[in-house]
Amino acid sequence: MIPVNYYIILSAVLFIMGASGVLIRRNALVVFMSVELMLNAANLAFVAFARMYQNVNGQIFVFFIMTVAAAEVAVGLALMVAIFRSKQSIDVDQMNNLKG
Amino acid sequence: MSVELIVFLLLALTAVGTGFGMLLSRHAVYAALFLVLNFATVAIMYLLLDAPFVALSQVTVYAGAIMVLFLFVIMLLGAEQLPNEFKWRDLLPAIVLALLLLAESIYLLFQKITLNAGLTSSAAEGLTDPAVMASKLFSSYLLPFEVTSILLLVAMVGAIVLTKQEKKKKGEQA
Repeated sequence: MIPVNYYIILSAVLFIMGASGVLIRRNALVVFMSVELMLNAANLAFVAFARMYQNVNGQIFVFFIMTVAAAEVAVGLALMVAIFRSKQSIDVDQMNNLKG
Repeated sequence: MSVELIVFLLLALTAVGTGFGMLLSRHAVYAALFLVLNFATVAIMYLLLDAPFVALSQVTVYAGAIMVLFLFVIMLLGAEQLPNEFKWRDLLPAIVLALLLLAESIYLLFQKITLNAGLTSSAAEGLTDPAVMASKLFSSYLLPFEVTSILLLVAMVGAIVLTKQEKKKKGEQA
């Protein structure tokens, strides 16, 4: 059987990749996808720990995270469409209307 | 090396590779497709971890519904590529910060878990059974479950309101 550490390390690596995606990308849609990658990494850790402790609660939490992610994507993409309508661009560097 | 370890390593390699593909592809559609592949490999990992129901909902919800929504919006907006997407002078601090975060998280994780925290070779009876999960979801987690329905309703209404085109009434100046 594989040690649970392998899954946790993979989860950490995927999370860091998502975080660096948020840092380096300027396309707001790809930034959004990076957020999804981070949520997914957290889910992987949850399932790995659920298996380790033989406890189904972790898997139930994954369901709740999935529903929250779905809601977040629906609202976020609606925001993207609204921003694109007003600015004709989804470059995150150009979303600076509130800058003093 | 057991078969399971080989499968895990192949999946981990695919997951990290597709993650990098998403991170570095200039075209947003390619990034989305890489992410679909990433979600699929993670779903197979859920199968390895004896969570079949979570694996299948991962495929339907994430790789299915969410990514279709992403691809739909990318193609609707027609904003797949930005000019000078990567600004290399801004990239260096981001990479340094990311590596720092990785080192920190792995260090902290391993303070809490002993190095040889192995998984038991067989899963407990209730872990793979969707019926056990459902009975728990509708008893101990009933309140969060109901709150989730309100959250989805609010998200739906919010998405509709945000994307609604303002109709100009007759006689009203634009």
